[in-house]
Amino acid sequence: MGTFVPGTPKEQQELLHAAGYRDFDDLFSVIPESVYLKSPLPLEEGKSELETEETISRIAEKNKVYRAIFRGAGAYDHYIPAIVKRVTTKETFLTAYTPYQAEISQGVLQSIFEYQTMICALTGMDVSNASVYDGATATAEAAELCVERKKTRVLISASVAPEVRKVVKTYAFGRDTDLQEIPVKDGKTDLEALKAMVGDETACVIIQQPNYYGLLENADEIGEIAHGVKAKFIMNCNPISLGVLKTPAECGADLAVGEGQPLGMPLGFGGPYLGYMASTKALMRKLPGRIVGETVDTEGRRAYVLTLQAREQHIKRERASSNICSNEALCALTAAVYLAAMGPDGLKEAATQCYSKAHYLQQGLEAAGLKKAYDGPFFHEFVTVSENSAQLLKKLEEAGILGGLLLDETHILWCATEKNTKDQMDEVICLAKELQKGGEKA
Amino acid sequence: MKLIFEKGSEGRKLSILGTCDVPVSLPEEQFLRKEAADLPQVSETEISRHYSALERRAHGVNNGFYPLGSCTMKYNPAIDEEMAALPGFTRIHPLQDEESTQGALEVLELMEKKLSAITGLDQFTFQPAAGAHGEFTGLLVIKSYHRDRRDNARTKIIVPDSAHGTNPASAAMCGYEVVNIPSAPDGCVDLDALRAAVGPDTAGLMLTNPNTVGIFDKNIEEITRIIHEAGGLCYYDGANLNAIMGIARPGDMGFDVMHINLHKTFATPHGGGGPGSGPVGVRKELGCFLPGVRPVRGEDGKLHLQAPEKSMGSMRSFIGNFLVVVKALTYVTMLGREGVLEASRNAVLNANYMRKQLEDIFPAAYPVTCMHEFVISLDELHKETGVSALDAAKALLDYGIHPPTMYFPLIVHEALMIEPTETETKETMDEAIQALREIYQKAHENPEALHQAPLKAAISRPDEVQAARKPRLTYGMDA
Amino acid sequence: MNIPEELKYTKSHEWVKECEDGTAYVGLTDFAQSELSDLVFVNLPEVGDDVEAGETFADVESVKAASDVYSPVTGTVAEINEELLDAPEKINEDPYGAWLVKVENITDTVDLLDCAAYEQLLEEEA
Repeated sequence: MGTFVPGTPKEQQELLHAAGYRDFDDLFSVIPESVYLKSPLPLEEGKSELETEETISRIAEKNKVYRAIFRGAGAYDHYIPAIVKRVTTKETFLTAYTPYQAEISQGVLQSIFEYQTMICALTGMDVSNASVYDGATATAEAAELCVERKKTRVLISASVAPEVRKVVKTYAFGRDTDLQEIPVKDGKTDLEALKAMVGDETACVIIQQPNYYGLLENADEIGEIAHGVKAKFIMNCNPISLGVLKTPAECGADLAVGEGQPLGMPLGFGGPYLGYMASTKALMRKLPGRIVGETVDTEGRRAYVLTLQAREQHIKRERASSNICSNEALCALTAAVYLAAMGPDGLKEAATQCYSKAHYLQQGLEAAGLKKAYDGPFFHEFVTVSENSAQLLKKLEEAGILGGLLLDETHILWCATEKNTKDQMDEVICLAKELQKGGEKA
Repeated sequence: MKLIFEKGSEGRKLSILGTCDVPVSLPEEQFLRKEAADLPQVSETEISRHYSALERRAHGVNNGFYPLGSCTMKYNPAIDEEMAALPGFTRIHPLQDEESTQGALEVLELMEKKLSAITGLDQFTFQPAAGAHGEFTGLLVIKSYHRDRRDNARTKIIVPDSAHGTNPASAAMCGYEVVNIPSAPDGCVDLDALRAAVGPDTAGLMLTNPNTVGIFDKNIEEITRIIHEAGGLCYYDGANLNAIMGIARPGDMGFDVMHINLHKTFATPHGGGGPGSGPVGVRKELGCFLPGVRPVRGEDGKLHLQAPEKSMGSMRSFIGNFLVVVKALTYVTMLGREGVLEASRNAVLNANYMRKQLEDIFPAAYPVTCMHEFVISLDELHKETGVSALDAAKALLDYGIHPPTMYFPLIVHEALMIEPTETETKETMDEAIQALREIYQKAHENPEALHQAPLKAAISRPDEVQAARKPRLTYGMDA
Repeated sequence: MNIPEELKYTKSHEWVKECEDGTAYVGLTDFAQSELSDLVFVNLPEVGDDVEAGETFADVESVKAASDVYSPVTGTVAEINEELLDAPEKINEDPYGAWLVKVENITDTVDLLDCAAYEQLLEEEA
């Protein structure tokens, strides 16, 4: 049996006696007889660390690790600088809890304050919270905070990732919020449809930039339509794209949210990820979750504390707008170290390479007969149409390459990042061409 | 100390990416940001030293005793981290097909089985990313259940006044009206108040057990019976599960839905505030409402992902905080059936040992056998000496001890909630007991000194009023 | 505890100053501000908003608490004390000077207490 209890049986006995109990049954005599377990749990016997290591490693080996990944759709394979991993595995950062005791938590508090500052630098927004669970819940929280007595309807574009829309819808089920989807035309938010949908009751309009299909939305115009009816404009943005793309602030967004995973977090089969959430100063006191602020201590030294806490559940209870307590602090730290390591130039370079490589891949695939499904500018994802989509993905799989995501029989959603080399892309294009030729022969 | 923005210089950078190996292109001007993001421009040495300095100004379980009540700050085993860092787990995409992720699905299947054995509930979702997220999910299961039966009159959730703030906040997020019921003088649920509160409008009850004063509610079965007879469902807040593994099971007590904090009971690290993982378990009949997809073993012997038939939808993208689940699985695999029992037994033993040793100076608010934590009230000391629970907590910082949870639950005045956990030695607990004794003595001799505590920390007490009045939330923001 | 004689009070610790022109100023009592401790934020309605007797119309926050403010009267907000938005501490410093809103077109009021009755209420609550 493995254990992390330091007390030897003798020591445990001593403690029992010191506390006034004969044995453990005596200690637990306060538990009603009818629910007190009489037989051991139906679990396996415990293992040593060595045995456990073997067991879990064997399970990990059953997963297939691809040598190249061309799949995004909400989770992205970026290079993680080595310093990121070194910093984020520091034991104190790992094992501390929420910095409730500011005097001995300045390290954690300052790291969050720096994270908030970097998120604002990235998005152009005024303020950021300390993180929420992921990009989808960040979007859902943002939507809910816009709902007021006379502003009751949330509009979300159908070009927002399905993983995000599903969560927004489920959160809306909670408060019975009126949620409607804005139709998509040619892969992008249908502006005419949006214009017909907005009204005085519109609380907010949500889009994703770049959208699920990788396309760039006309964000400014959508923002103007939202503001025209005094609705809030929420942009869900890929943070790497913000290395080059216009910031949500420049597009007129009231809230910028998104999935922070590309900022130094591994794919990890879906998590832990990072929901970032930033807003204009006007919405500062409506943001959910923890926020760190600067102040001074009794001697006038600069200090950091959890602040604006009257927003939160432990004070407002049922009147709080969100119940969030634990967040993704270590992932926020990861993002901050990533952004510090990349710097303004590095982030711009990563974004530029994502863009350039996705376009190289798209052109190559086009030449191999995989037509672009939608016209219009795209960032690092794009959709192709071809009859042999499934076969191509299978061929890539056999070659150790994870191809794009099959959306339906003929459509594939591709993604390229700075990690994908020209050689890898040529290999994909080559396999696509072979398949095309094979198809022609048949 | 300096912020990272106050270090470095224009143009300084690391060498992370090489030259782009395809022709460089960019979107049209109208889509581009005007200026590069104003991020730090530092060297790798500076990053390394900056974060090492920040680490020294923080306190983790690795630095010292952390008896923060209701947070279960037990030791986080090193092997758990190592397993969660295996490439077979970190380098798989959440949208890879089932065939290539059989190991990941096995992690979920195994963990579900183990949680089921420990709690007595049948099916779990791993989507919730934290305890509060689990509460929200669990209550949506309850809402889905009533909606499915077209029983729309059930609009109220009953919550005891001793509950964590997340409970009423979660209920409100589900559109429920919160009915607070008072605790009886013994700290348990007041059965008469509960009987008076239930009716055809009762959707359910949220209960923490052992409760927030550390007591196992002796009427637990009567409580769930009252709710069920009224047609409601019972939600078990698993925040305090560390007290009862192998000892009693929520499923056997009559609960229908619960969440588990893997970052408490299953030893995954708290990460300075997260990520956690808050899987939600339900009785078989409620499994059809769970969010997301679940692995189900098919006739081919392989695991397949299935969305429950009447699923509420999705609470988070993909499968949840998967790597946290890997850590928890590693932990529980190592402990096994004897290990989890031993963990809970010793968590409860340690709490009672400390409670007993402190009895003469800081008697527990409820002087009976507690579970894994107990609450002391400094109300009397405060009245006598002017030294508050806050002062005592701050004084503990100078002993290198993280203070207990302060001013919670709200039903106890000047409360300190102490949870030693099972991974602490007698020596560590004795040191903390000694520290509290010294603080008690100082409070009587020189109370003024305690108002100044801490003296040895990185900063003295911060001005929280100024922070909230003139918020400065980023470097460069005008307060 | 300061309880000026010329004002009227509510059980929820607001004060009302009824003016000759039929309007009224509303604020928080000395007791309310001392219970809340250092206020850090005040959320006021907008001019032109309707307020209803007994219903919440504003909220105030301290570091450790958030509290609703209830309107003693039914009417329309004629003026708000904008100074408080930047300096909520004025309520702590001078609770009877720091009015929150001025209400006009008053059609209804809750049962108001005079100075003596409010003093008695505080004694009972203590």
